[in-house]
Amino acid sequence: MYARVSVRALARSIPSKAIKTTPAPLAYSAKAFSTSALSMDSHKKKERVKVHFPGALDSHFSQVLEIREKMEPIDTFRVMDTDGKVLDKSLEPEVTEEFATKIYKDMLTLNVMDLILYEAQRQGRISFYMTNAGEEAYIGSAAALDPEDEIFGQYREAGTLLYRGFTLDQFMNQCYSNDMDLGKGRQMPVHYGSKALHFQTISSPLATQLPQASGAAYAIKRSGKKNCVMCYFGEGAASEGDFHAALNIAATTSCPVIFFCRNNGFAISTPANEQYKGDGIASRGVGYGMHTIRVDGNDVWAVYKATQEARKIAVEQHKPVLIEAMTYRVGHHSTSDDSSAYRSKKEVEDWKRHDNPMVRMRKWLESKGWWDEARENAHKSTQRTAVLKSFAAAEKRKKPAVSEMFNDVYDKLTPNLIEQKKELEELIKKYPAHYDTSNYAKEN
Amino acid sequence: MSSILKKAAVVSIPNVRQALLRSNPVLASSLLAKRAYNSKNGVEMTVRDALNSALEEEMTADEKIYLLGEEVGQYNGAYKVSKGLLDKFGPKRVIDTPITESGFCGLAVGSAFAGLKPVCEFMTWNFAMQAIDQIVNSAAKTHYMSGGNVNCPITFRGPNGAAAGVAAQHSQCFAAWYGSVPGLKVVSPWNSEDAKGLLKAAIRDPNPVVVLENELMYGVSFPMSEAALSKDFVVEIGKAKIEKAGTDITIVAHSRSVGFALEAAMLLEKEGICSAEVINLRSIRPLDTETIINSVKKTNRLVTVEGGWPQYGVGSEICAQIMESEAFDHLDAPVVRVTGADVPTPYAQNLEAYAFPDTEVIARVIKRTMNKKIGA
Repeated sequence: MYARVSVRALARSIPSKAIKTTPAPLAYSAKAFSTSALSMDSHKKKERVKVHFPGALDSHFSQVLEIREKMEPIDTFRVMDTDGKVLDKSLEPEVTEEFATKIYKDMLTLNVMDLILYEAQRQGRISFYMTNAGEEAYIGSAAALDPEDEIFGQYREAGTLLYRGFTLDQFMNQCYSNDMDLGKGRQMPVHYGSKALHFQTISSPLATQLPQASGAAYAIKRSGKKNCVMCYFGEGAASEGDFHAALNIAATTSCPVIFFCRNNGFAISTPANEQYKGDGIASRGVGYGMHTIRVDGNDVWAVYKATQEARKIAVEQHKPVLIEAMTYRVGHHSTSDDSSAYRSKKEVEDWKRHDNPMVRMRKWLESKGWWDEARENAHKSTQRTAVLKSFAAAEKRKKPAVSEMFNDVYDKLTPNLIEQKKELEELIKKYPAHYDTSNYAKEN
Repeated sequence: MSSILKKAAVVSIPNVRQALLRSNPVLASSLLAKRAYNSKNGVEMTVRDALNSALEEEMTADEKIYLLGEEVGQYNGAYKVSKGLLDKFGPKRVIDTPITESGFCGLAVGSAFAGLKPVCEFMTWNFAMQAIDQIVNSAAKTHYMSGGNVNCPITFRGPNGAAAGVAAQHSQCFAAWYGSVPGLKVVSPWNSEDAKGLLKAAIRDPNPVVVLENELMYGVSFPMSEAALSKDFVVEIGKAKIEKAGTDITIVAHSRSVGFALEAAMLLEKEGICSAEVINLRSIRPLDTETIINSVKKTNRLVTVEGGWPQYGVGSEICAQIMESEAFDHLDAPVVRVTGADVPTPYAQNLEAYAFPDTEVIARVIKRTMNKKIGA
């Protein structure tokens, strides 16, 4: 917001004598007429003169008045087709059976857990849930990370936690907000966090994790560790101001962070073509001066390879990378949403049938002889039993102790909190009938 | 964020002095007296230099501490608070950011989650509104919401409240807003000792701390005690200071208003009207209600002073807490709040002067309160 000066006033203030013909631009030096291979070509077309303005040092002058609407759309990288067949032999994944089947097994487990917990919410047993249906292939990105790479998620990346070893018990305990919840019952379901697994506690406001991821990456760079930060978000969250602030600052501050956008076509009911007018989110990465790639987000191996490469750039060059993974959200936004209100059931069914990340990965595994119907049924069955078992156990557990309400507001209780806690304790002791604490764990 | 402010910052200092002297002849004489006061009985330091020493000492002692914000490095700080720091510590510890409060505040918060100790400077707290989600929803709440697993040892600082001739979008006081947030600690220094001690305490505190400085105070000099000059001098967060003891009425103020309150107290004492006790809050959250209650029990009268808006303000909170406490039974008159006018700050100098409380207004209110008696 500079003081606005009238252009006319400015013009009037410059005496005409002061305007002399500018000398030939600096570019018309001997260098411009060198006989390098490059300029051989330029003899045929007019010589391109470089711009000197500090704000656009790579630009050239042009005499063409063209107000562009778009650049060339960015290609979508894929390894497998929808039948799980590798399209280019040179891209065949060089992985062990154990590594590949772990990814698929975790995708299956995630599916099973999602189904059961979604139903649990419908039955009023937990208050809220979000499924990962249709996007399970993002687990491929977790497989390309180092266990100490810090993850900042949005809310639809529980599969990365699962991949890293978060137990079913831990998932259930958080959803039930019981006394075993690592978050001490202070968050809505699916807002997981794990210090041990380097997964930052999920924060509800959209896109706030992006500049934070840049900051954590800055801290990692300062520490000298050969790690990076992985930051997940949706294409809707990418409309937030924090997204733009984060990418710009990651680029200018040189932070080793991978921004992974799950473009699943919907932000609750807002379709992608109403969320933005440009070429997706990938076009923005280039705009902020960072390495960018768009991938088929339903292709585990494309996601895996892109993340591998991105990680190398981030860790070795301390530069941020943007990955836009194109996918389709098969499920509802959350248990508070019924997507049939804004899209046809047929559209969803078509996607499930024609481009299914689970099917593609399964077919690839089967083509290698690493999977079959029997193993599929066995895994689904054991996981279902395990989930139900954890679920039942979590449901039975008590809630965190009442005194936990006052802890962790600060590192130590402040005088007013100590006072309030004491007052509550006295009230509970005095009126046990009105303050039933039988559902809460005993005080430590 | 505005670049007009840079110009105002440079121009405002001599103008501020003139404005202050014009409207407060008593203050003028005492200020002049202070300035003529040389280091016979100790060192004098401006609030700006006190903040600078605090930053320099803490950054020397702990390399996890770093400063970031707009113009903090090469420009030496929009208000020169970070002068010399880039030269001493280098670009890894003093970072000039692009113009994006949500960006660099978010980055700072994330780096704090990951183990660094950022000092995040906002050119003024008005611009921090563009990052308030990061401050409140992330920095303040994450330790709690993560079950105590994620820490955020961050310090947010910058000038708050009234400036001079910069109009409404550069003059708001945020003490009440941030003071209402559990998970944040909020401090509001008045003089150089406050500034140094509170900033050092804030940086050392493992919780997120909001430091509300004041641009008009940056250039003001105060004597610094021997203790205050030491590298380990900290002022305890959550403890108010009795700047002047008195017997007839308690005045509670924070930041710049403390100076005006002291002036009013001295004026009324000289005129033989009353002996006022002036309390410098120093901390907005936690609020030192104990000191205020003990003072009210002694004087039986209370007036609060602040530069911020009246509704839902610092004074409102003090009134409520006093009323709910044992101090209520000791009051001989209702508590009165002296606050900024309930308008966006005007630009015209004469109107701006009316928009904030000064010595004359405070003295008038004290006199009025002294004349009241419950039941009479």
